Amino acid sequence: IPLPISAFFFPRTLQRRRYYFIMSLPYTESCPSIKNILILDSEGKRMAIKYYSDDWPTNSAKEAFEKAVFTNTQKTNARIEEIAMFESNIVVYKFAQDLHFFVTGGEDENELILATVLQGFFDAVGILLRGNVDQKEALENLDLILLCLDEIVDGGIVLETDANVIAGKVASGSMDAGASLSEQTFTQAFASAKELTRSLLK
Amino acid sequence: MAQPLVKKDDDRDDEAEYSPFLGIEKGAVLQEARVFNDPQLDARRCSQVITKLLYLLNQGESFTKVEATEVFFSVTKLFQSRDIGLRRMVYLMIKELSPSADEVIIVTSSLMKDMNSKTDMYRANAIRVLCRITDGTLLTQIERYLKQAIVDKNPVVASAALVSGIHILQTNPEIVKRWSNEVQEAVQSRAALVQFHALALLHQIRQNDRLAVSKLVTSLTRGSVRSPLAMCLLIRYTSQVIRESGSNSQTGDRPFYDFLEGCLRHKSEMVIFEAARAITELSGVTSRELTPAITVLQLFLSSSKPVLRFAAVRTLNKVAMTHPMAVTNCNIDMESLISDQNRSIATLAITTLLKTGNESSVDRLMKQITNFMSDIADEFKIVVVEAIRSLCLKFPLKYRALMNFLSNILREEGGFEYKKAIVDSIVILIRDIPDAKESGLLHLCEFIEDCEFTYLSTQILHFLGIEGPKTSDPSKYIRYIYNRVHLENATVRASAVSTLAKFGAVVDSLKPRIFVLLRRCLFDSDDEVRDRATLYLNTLGGDGSVVETEKDVKDFLFGSLDIPLVNLETSLKNYEPSEEPFDINSVPKEVKSQPLTEKKAPGKKPTGLGAPPSGPPSTADAYERLLSSIPEFENFGKLFKSSAPVELTEAETEYAVNVVKHIFDRHVVFQYNCTNTIPEQLLENVSVIVDASDAEEFTEVLSKSLRSLPYDSPGQTFLAFEKPEGLPAVGKFSNILKFIVKEVDTTTGEAEDDGVEDEYQLEDLEVVAADYILKVGVSNFRNEWDNIGPDCERVDEYGLGSRESLSEAVNAVINLLGMQPCEGSEVVPPNSRSHTCLLSGVFIGGVNVLVRLSFGIDGPKEVAMKLAVRSEDESVSDAIHEIVASG
Repeated sequence: IPLPISAFFFPRTLQRRRYYFIMSLPYTESCPSIKNILILDSEGKRMAIKYYSDDWPTNSAKEAFEKAVFTNTQKTNARIEEIAMFESNIVVYKFAQDLHFFVTGGEDENELILATVLQGFFDAVGILLRGNVDQKEALENLDLILLCLDEIVDGGIVLETDANVIAGKVASGSMDAGASLSEQTFTQAFASAKELTRSLLK
Repeated sequence: MAQPLVKKDDDRDDEAEYSPFLGIEKGAVLQEARVFNDPQLDARRCSQVITKLLYLLNQGESFTKVEATEVFFSVTKLFQSRDIGLRRMVYLMIKELSPSADEVIIVTSSLMKDMNSKTDMYRANAIRVLCRITDGTLLTQIERYLKQAIVDKNPVVASAALVSGIHILQTNPEIVKRWSNEVQEAVQSRAALVQFHALALLHQIRQNDRLAVSKLVTSLTRGSVRSPLAMCLLIRYTSQVIRESGSNSQTGDRPFYDFLEGCLRHKSEMVIFEAARAITELSGVTSRELTPAITVLQLFLSSSKPVLRFAAVRTLNKVAMTHPMAVTNCNIDMESLISDQNRSIATLAITTLLKTGNESSVDRLMKQITNFMSDIADEFKIVVVEAIRSLCLKFPLKYRALMNFLSNILREEGGFEYKKAIVDSIVILIRDIPDAKESGLLHLCEFIEDCEFTYLSTQILHFLGIEGPKTSDPSKYIRYIYNRVHLENATVRASAVSTLAKFGAVVDSLKPRIFVLLRRCLFDSDDEVRDRATLYLNTLGGDGSVVETEKDVKDFLFGSLDIPLVNLETSLKNYEPSEEPFDINSVPKEVKSQPLTEKKAPGKKPTGLGAPPSGPPSTADAYERLLSSIPEFENFGKLFKSSAPVELTEAETEYAVNVVKHIFDRHVVFQYNCTNTIPEQLLENVSVIVDASDAEEFTEVLSKSLRSLPYDSPGQTFLAFEKPEGLPAVGKFSNILKFIVKEVDTTTGEAEDDGVEDEYQLEDLEVVAADYILKVGVSNFRNEWDNIGPDCERVDEYGLGSRESLSEAVNAVINLLGMQPCEGSEVVPPNSRSHTCLLSGVFIGGVNVLVRLSFGIDGPKEVAMKLAVRSEDESVSDAIHEIVASG
């Protein structure tokens, strides 16, 4: 017996659920993002830091994170890029003499992208400090390091990863730094150091 | 003076003195910043001062509003200088100061000039600075320049504009969306990073347009994206398209899979890994699809780079949860990673192996892990312990080796969390594997002989009291327990006394000995210990008094306290000593934080010691107990069904409210779970006002409001309705949350005395027919179907219109009816054209209902369904059809 077919049948709840599915974008659809870049000294104190995420809203939260990262990686001898997880973040790090470099990303981030950023940053600093990557040299050229941070990531988005390009951008911007990079003589260095010391004593 | 600077690094002790920032002080630097105002600017000097200011900010120093404004204004003067180095520092400083809107105006013209400068470096930086500090109004002015910059031939300038576009899109999407054409052109750029930034921006502009994203992916996966970073993006977008296109392909081939697989042969490791990960995360991935991805990940496992090994092992670890068989090929490489220098990698390798290992490899694995445990941090050890726990539940026959391992590590050094994880695991194994009980309890006994954590000792003693008496030889535990009374602090002594009493209550043969021990406890130095001993001696009859009935004693010793401890505490505090003894029945039983918190932290349900030994009670039990504790609902009879919580507010609103529908024979009770998410507010007299004009068969009979709702501690208000007896009355209710709001001083936590009455609109709530059907499965559908017989059978056919897939249609009907699918018939095999689904349930009034659904696809995605219902009552069979017809 042919029976009537009622054609209205579409529960509302289902429509809503599908809509929700479209609205919630999982991480895989987002742009890779960097949460912070840190350089700490041999005692875990700040040399230069830059945070791009709101995960650590206060200075004390930032310091606590830096302390945790530093103490947990201290024992390792990170001559090449090493990696660890803290508080659901991935941290890649690399050490040179008394300087510790860190790059942090979310737990779902592609680890190799973070490592590429770290490598770019580390090598660019190496070029800018003419191979003398240590605390003293870094402090004396803090302006170059801060510019370097500015050229590598902008608001969490990777700007550039090639160390030569980054260093080039930093150096070309500053005529002085450019000079000091290549052919600064001892006398010039001496003079600028003297000047710096004088200004500090004022 | 300059002496230290020419010294070599070898004199490390004096290192601190080299710092050009030694003894730096904010006030002095701010003074120094006056050089910015000099008519003759010394560029080098100014750069140094800015560096010092940035150094201070970097160290966590902050400027007051006045200081920041002053610095900002003097920094703007530096735009006069033509020194490029100084200009760079000025840009940096302005970004760090993040000036306010009225300050921004001062630098706008200088920055706009730089944006049009001939120096590319100026242009790129000026764009980034301006876009960072500007608000929407200025954007329209500079939009033209930004559009040009996007297609600029200098990649640095183009990238600067594109990245700024990504940031601006968050606040002013309508402006950025107008740049589509330029951005699209930039995607074709030859510069790697420009391509990356352009692709990221283009996708964000189009992300809500599925078709556009799909087109973008289709065209780019054919073309040549050069930059590895851009390739990673493209892979992510491709996965999105795959996910959204669903599994509706008839041939079984997944669109774009070939592209992902091709990326596994890319020259950049970053891209290879991104593609491999994307493949492993495809929904319903087949082992054929997985194989190539697993192969490249396996290669990474033996890489010399820790980052690569970590990435690979972490991904494989995730795959092992769903496809353990696919990962077994990597087991040999994985085992060599157990000794990896990087302990994160080693831990991930271990836990992966524990997931993929088979029964025969357990012993070998355990040997390796034992060596490994001593040199990793506690947090990693916990991960391993948890992995071992699940392994043991998987292979119960191997409990001996695993239990031994757990007891060994329990004896070694470790922090509280680690020890707790081990104890929890042993408790769970004891509970789930009967054979493991005796040895597990003895391990725990040995552990408390030398346990520095009071919490763990008391919890274990409690657990012993429940499980110990049920063993074959309860007497052997007594010594361990009584030792506690001699050697421990008062808290542990008191719990040991309780445990002894439990043995005494259950094991008659031990009673005399227990009495002796308890009597000794009467001389303890601590009040609580003495009180407990006296109490138990009394209840068990050890002091020669009349013994209470057996059942009462056991209820008292083993029954759970059905009053929330917080409530008991407040009541006791309020009790004033008088002739009248404290009455425990006067303590309110309303639970403050109920299922809401449970829902918030799924998977964080109490396990191990935290959970009651009989396993956590089901939600239904919890609801039933909650409702029976409210006297007004007493005469409603037995609770028929409680629905899952229905959210009445969007996520992250001021007040979060969800509702549970409790169905009784003649009543319906709405339980509104409310949470106040504003720390500055205290809500009082919270109630829900319901308009039931769209629910004619319901009459409101009772409303129970919530006296107070402080921040972040959920509370409940109830509404009860009367409805026709035994009938599935449906209707729609609109809800308004009504309350008195009081301001709270968050520093002191005190609320103001005066409150304001306020209302908050909630979403509508519906009572639907499915609320009247209980999900109850039957073991043999066919038998039951024949038993009920065709007397009250009702059959009809329905067209369901165009559906995405057969399985979507099946699920829709199951959800609509709210019945229990039987014999796995809710699963539709892929690509099938017809399907039969069997459902069973109990209709309100206790009538069993069975449903047989036959689905068929007719033409392109037109689904038709034949619905056959059998029950013991014609009207119930009709009601089921009614539900479907009006769904």
